[in-house]
Amino acid sequence: MNGLALFGLGVAAMLGLGVAGGAADEGMRIHAMLFAGAAVLAVFFLINRIYEPKLSPAGGPDSIDYNDSVVRAGAIASTFWGLVGFLVGLVLALQLAFPVLNFDTSWLNFGRLRALHTSAVIFAFGGNVLIMSSFYIVQRTCRARLAGDLAPWFVFWGYQLFIVLAATGYLLGITQSKEYAEPEWYVDLWLTIVWVTYLLVFMATLWKRREPHIYVANWFFLAFIVTVAMLHLVNNATVPVSLFGSKSYIAWSGVQDALTQWWYAHNAVGFFLTAGFLGMMYYFMPKQAGRPIFSYRLSIIHFWSLIFLYIWAGPHHLHFTALPDWAQTLGMAFSVMLWMPSWGGMVNGLMTLSGAWDKIRTDPLIRFMVVSLAFYGMSTFEGPLMSIRTVNALSHYTDWTIGHVHSGALGWVAYISFVAIYFVVPPLWGRARLYSLRLVNDHFWISSIGIVLYITAMWVSGILQGLMWRAYDNLGFLEFSFIETVEAMHPFYVIRAVGGLLFVIGMLVMIYNLWRTIRGEVRVEAPMAGTAAAQA
Amino acid sequence: MTEHEIDEVTGQRTTGHEWDGIKELTSPIPRWWVYTFYVTVAWAIAFMIAMPAIPLVSDYTKGVLGYSQREAVRADIEAVRAAQGVFRDRIEQASLAEIRDIPDLFDFAVAGGKSAFSVNCSQCHGAGGAGAPGYPNLNDDAWIWGGKPDEILDTIRVGIRSDHPDTRFNQMPAFLADELLTRDQVSDVVEHVLQISGQAHDPAAAARGQPVFREQCSACHQESGKGIRELGGPNLTDAIWLYGGSREEIRRTVALSRNGVMPAWEDKLDEVTRKQLAIYVHALGGGE
Repeated sequence: MNGLALFGLGVAAMLGLGVAGGAADEGMRIHAMLFAGAAVLAVFFLINRIYEPKLSPAGGPDSIDYNDSVVRAGAIASTFWGLVGFLVGLVLALQLAFPVLNFDTSWLNFGRLRALHTSAVIFAFGGNVLIMSSFYIVQRTCRARLAGDLAPWFVFWGYQLFIVLAATGYLLGITQSKEYAEPEWYVDLWLTIVWVTYLLVFMATLWKRREPHIYVANWFFLAFIVTVAMLHLVNNATVPVSLFGSKSYIAWSGVQDALTQWWYAHNAVGFFLTAGFLGMMYYFMPKQAGRPIFSYRLSIIHFWSLIFLYIWAGPHHLHFTALPDWAQTLGMAFSVMLWMPSWGGMVNGLMTLSGAWDKIRTDPLIRFMVVSLAFYGMSTFEGPLMSIRTVNALSHYTDWTIGHVHSGALGWVAYISFVAIYFVVPPLWGRARLYSLRLVNDHFWISSIGIVLYITAMWVSGILQGLMWRAYDNLGFLEFSFIETVEAMHPFYVIRAVGGLLFVIGMLVMIYNLWRTIRGEVRVEAPMAGTAAAQA
Repeated sequence: MTEHEIDEVTGQRTTGHEWDGIKELTSPIPRWWVYTFYVTVAWAIAFMIAMPAIPLVSDYTKGVLGYSQREAVRADIEAVRAAQGVFRDRIEQASLAEIRDIPDLFDFAVAGGKSAFSVNCSQCHGAGGAGAPGYPNLNDDAWIWGGKPDEILDTIRVGIRSDHPDTRFNQMPAFLADELLTRDQVSDVVEHVLQISGQAHDPAAAARGQPVFREQCSACHQESGKGIRELGGPNLTDAIWLYGGSREEIRRTVALSRNGVMPAWEDKLDEVTRKQLAIYVHALGGGE
């Protein structure tokens, strides 16, 4: 196996060098060199690993030697990319409030950084949290070691390489101009290889399980991995101009391309940012609360209804466009039907707390999860609402959409991710507990205030913007010029940037706490209950 | 293997499964969840019957309400056109002077002009018409090509240094770049311009610049520097500057020239809209 891997890496390095030698453009040359460099690094890593002394599995005959080293790497990568993604987001918020911060350079202008931000938070931060926590959870709920020896490491490092290629590509101006699918064809191909390996590792681990049944978290993870593979392949069907060049053209054209794109992007929300993170919730909520899942029946019903309905909802991104009326109707109808299936996850999560509600006073991780589910519930109500055509006529293209996305992204996705990281770090590094629960609580309050500032600013500015765009005077003429609406946004953009800054500060508090935890320190502090009672 | 326990808090049974210590209850799904879900499904089905919804081989179901987005937009636009039609017809027939004398027509023209200005003109002249360096302020009473309604209308129609055959056109020479004047002569002329515009200047240099100005500049700006409207030669004495009135800016204008362009709108905006724009711009405050 090692020999085969070394051979593969050799071929990859040669391929990279070959393409770099004949590259049609500078971007491709840089990327091919990066690829070859990564392959060479991997060779050293692999040889080092072969000569490493093998440790025999610790513990008694019944204990399972979980593959936790790759999960540890995932926890570090998640935290790192989270900070990067949030920081770039803060820069963008400031650029919108103060355009001078674009610095008149193509490298750092809003157009390039914007894709860097969205990809960094969704794919680099969210993706690493998903891979890390799915690897952690699938092993424990299957009582089986992660399948494969090199394969999980290939998934981890291959995914990091994908992130680096995508991110450097944006700054170099390489993009196929599809939202959330900006990386060009060769990066897409690389991700396909990595993702299929991920799927195989996950399925093979399920196959090896020593439990009679598959736990609900794993249904969600599997649905997420399979669907994302399908979305990725269909939306990125492209024809490269040259095998040595970075540019390609999408196989779909016109409104069909637009519909494919939004089918992809909406289900990236549905399966990447919803299904996968629900998988996390289904593990960390009962574990942390020490309570059984509220309803197995609800798990089944809301899982299948969510999976079936989500995939149709994409056309609501194209209301009042060239998209035919019938497709708009279907997109809206399925979005409205999606409301309860989405809420099923929130109901099951919150009701799991029955009998453990007191922990909201003493356990900041439970706080994070409750608020996370509240934001999940709010944004999955807001989503169907905004998909209704008459509401969409006001909300579309405004900051309301940005606020909606961030109440889901900051409130739901990031919060449940913070829980996952806080939860797994102590056991992964063999620590009894986190360095400080009070710092977790500080993180909770700082970032919650940040989110509230962010989304309320965007609600007000979005609705204001929408109303200004459609304002007519009594003689039937438009009331405002576009630039007047932009001027009106300024104070809200500043408030949004303040909210983003608080979120970044919260992240820094988390990193400090994790760092001290990993070093094995425990802060001497009063237990949470006392002040929490006083606050209440 | 399967052992059902009773959960003490809720009184519900567990499913008997357990993963890493996690159990599940067999609680029924909350009724409100089920009924709300049914309501959304029923609504969705009704909506799909009412609206265009189901794709067929070469067509789609039109829905019992017969809604069509394109038709709805067309009807909306027609309704606005119809509501404005009377005014638009009257504006088309009337001269600008007549429009200004009829209050309701004047109000309509100003409102329409403001709207068209926001979309087409504000990018250069600013949302309120206050201009920017290089783009004239339309609120003041300085007019390079004329500030009467008909003159403004004509400027809008043909543009300035545009590709329109009748465009308003003149050209300020680049006196230093084209070697029409020496570096010293340029400095002297600049001092002279500073003098006639009432700014701090070097009297000796301004005196040397005066004959140069008369020789080189007076053809367009007059010997007094008050400008010639017919040629589009700006007044240099009124403390209103298109490109800035500081020593550095005037020097740059004299040495390298400036030739700003305004597009012609004859092919882009219909006559009624252009008339409304002219009325609006004239009414901004500085019209003659």
